[in-house]
Amino acid sequence: MTRATSTSRPTASAGSWHRFANPGRFLRISGHVYPWSLGLALLCLGVGLVWSLGLAPADYQQGDSVRIMYVHVPAAWMALFAYSLLAAAGASLLIWRHPLGGVAATAIAPVGAAFTFLALATGSLWGKPMWGTWWVWDARLTSVLILLFLYLGHMALTHAFENAERGRKAAAVLALAGVVNLPIIKFSVDWWNTLHQPASVTRIGTPAIHEAMLWPLLVMAGGFMFFFFAVVLLRMRAALAAQRAEALDRRIMLGR
Amino acid sequence: MNALAALLARDLRLALRQSGDVLLAVLFFILGAALFPFAVGPEPNLLLRIGPGLIWVMALLSVLLSLDRLFAPDHEDGTLDLLLLAPAPLEGIVLARILAHWLASGGPLILATPLLAVFFGVPTYALPVLLGSLLLGTLALSALGALGAALTLGARRAGVLVPLLVLPLYIPVLIFGAGAVDAVLTGLAARPHLLLLAAVLVLSLPLAALAGAAALRQAAE
Repeated sequence: MTRATSTSRPTASAGSWHRFANPGRFLRISGHVYPWSLGLALLCLGVGLVWSLGLAPADYQQGDSVRIMYVHVPAAWMALFAYSLLAAAGASLLIWRHPLGGVAATAIAPVGAAFTFLALATGSLWGKPMWGTWWVWDARLTSVLILLFLYLGHMALTHAFENAERGRKAAAVLALAGVVNLPIIKFSVDWWNTLHQPASVTRIGTPAIHEAMLWPLLVMAGGFMFFFFAVVLLRMRAALAAQRAEALDRRIMLGR
Repeated sequence: MNALAALLARDLRLALRQSGDVLLAVLFFILGAALFPFAVGPEPNLLLRIGPGLIWVMALLSVLLSLDRLFAPDHEDGTLDLLLLAPAPLEGIVLARILAHWLASGGPLILATPLLAVFFGVPTYALPVLLGSLLLGTLALSALGALGAALTLGARRAGVLVPLLVLPLYIPVLIFGAGAVDAVLTGLAARPHLLLLAAVLVLSLPLAALAGAAALRQAAE
């Protein structure tokens, strides 16, 4: 209770990145960033899809089914990245009471859940020809499934309260508690000796993947990243516009 | 510390007075597990194979069943507001509540476990590990459950929401708890599983205390 009164609103003169938490400034900046983000996403995805599905070499063991990797791996990266952002947005809402943090978390959660689902679905499609099964209870797969449930729980909790602010804060606490899962996902392939292969791109030293496959993979990852930012910015702008519309409605109803 | 002890004593006394709730959870635990021999057939080897994991899943679901009694009654009758104003740290209050919940719900489950062990033909030498893993694990279940219960305080359809939030967090407890018993039954050491289970417990207690206290503060705002 004492903590509730001791925090002051973040001021525009805070001098650090806090000033970007001002909704008005956010709308202005994001208005400039959004078209670029969307354009780069379309460019990267277009080039990346042609490169990875057409031009990149087939694997000498896996054949053409290796091309699933160009969707699967970026989707899995984005699932983790989106969750980190979700937790960071939640932290900014809880610690500094930035209202924009709550808006961002609400915007990120479904997108992150979609990437997680995409990673699981493409992994399943890839697993059938390679491992001979759609699903195994392997540590990596199980921990990513938990991640999907965390996203879904976050979404459900956000909308479970009459008071939207309370929903956002409760969901933020859940997002922060769920951060425990991120290192488990990352290191699951090292801690448990399982079917899923260990990291081959982000390991120390040279990647264990040939350049002819690494470059299209990175272009696809860039495309996924820009796409994510474009969608999240659009969702955040829409949420802010909806808030403003609601406030105007209320003012009209009060006759002012 | 005195305040927390008094709180613990109060919660236990309340649980004892409403012992019907506790009994119901234990009955659910036993009856639920007893359904499986009907479903998969009474073949002893099969029952022994699935028994430990099944007992664990049923213990987990029984704990889940009693989570709505953790904070909701206090929230409704205003006790929670007084607890928030109390000079004791809220994190400590949450811990005391977790401990009370564990003693009142996990304890009876552990007492009923030998009966289920007989049902599924779990050999006597595996029983200490089964009970030990439940002893460690149910405390972690109570802690993580308290987090879920605090987060959904005052939510619409909180009863449906709590399992969705809590079950993913329960999975590591289930893996290491059931894994310990499986290890003993296959002649391996249970120690690593129990140590990992203890690690999960050590991690979940402060997590539940801090996050649970934060959630309770929000609920009272």
